[in-house]
Amino acid sequence: MSRTAVVVVSHSKQLAEGVRELALQMARGSNSVWAVGGTDDGGIGTSAPAIHGALVEALGHCDEAVVLMDLGSAHLNTEIAIEMLDDALQQRVSMADAPLVEGAILAVVSAAGDAGSAEVRERAEEARRMNKMM
Amino acid sequence: MPGAHAVSTFVERFAAAVDAHAQELTELDSAIGDADHGINLQRGMRAAVERLPAGGAAPDAILRAVATALISKTGGASGPLYGTAFLRASQAVAGCGSLEAADVARMFRAALDGIRERGKAEPGDKTMVDAFTPAVDALEAGIARGDDLRTALRAAAQAAGAGSDATIPLVARKGRASYLGERSREHRDPGSRSTTLLFEAAAEALPA
Repeated sequence: MSRTAVVVVSHSKQLAEGVRELALQMARGSNSVWAVGGTDDGGIGTSAPAIHGALVEALGHCDEAVVLMDLGSAHLNTEIAIEMLDDALQQRVSMADAPLVEGAILAVVSAAGDAGSAEVRERAEEARRMNKMM
Repeated sequence: MPGAHAVSTFVERFAAAVDAHAQELTELDSAIGDADHGINLQRGMRAAVERLPAGGAAPDAILRAVATALISKTGGASGPLYGTAFLRASQAVAGCGSLEAADVARMFRAALDGIRERGKAEPGDKTMVDAFTPAVDALEAGIARGDDLRTALRAAAQAAGAGSDATIPLVARKGRASYLGERSREHRDPGSRSTTLLFEAAAEALPA
């Protein structure tokens, strides 16, 4: 386990798991990435209790967690999921304002190098300035 | 003076209105969003009605149960937004066995503040805030000049409807519709419509 967990939140369970799969290609052997997506009845959307569950699990294994999110309600429900945590756990979670795919890859690579959450979040947010086409 | 029974009836009326208008809300959302507002809010409010506490619960406990149901069952942005609104409403009337008109105004103001903090939307962004803000302003103004609660809540519902109408020419700056840019113009914001239903339900049920 690395110090920092990366938690991927998407409206789509498949998208969350796909982002996790893609990021782990760059950090083989990492077991500190969680993917959570969809509503509790399997539809498209996000669920604060499901995100809360993933955060509790991640924080049971790692010291800190950085969350990456796709669209609108993913952010709103992540905020609520963090508020649902005990105060002590809340201090150990932060959100990265980053594009999901590139951000997750940067975050996972950084976390696999045993970075703390502030550095993981900063690395993820660097994805906002990356060019796909030079 | 609305007691716990009136608050429960308000929740049931809002849920019934969302049921009756679910298709309309989803059609509005399919024009400029992800076509799930009606179905999401319907799922959330049905769960809220199922979880209403038994008789004897105080207004804040009823509102908190609605918040929990909306947050856990809704799925889209309306879950965290309306969920936060009901949670803040609950906190605003904690300890009240029945609600004076001023309590009702404080409750809806707290709900609006919660929505704005959660969603970071300003008036004019083409969101539910565009209906919620004039409704709370009208409610407070009515109570300040001595109107009874029924009259003030009716004015609030009318102001919500007018605020919702005023979203039609706007370009969305928040929410999924903002991805459409100019193409979001000439459509009503779905959240402003459900907010109008909320104040209509309040006007019917709370003064009883």
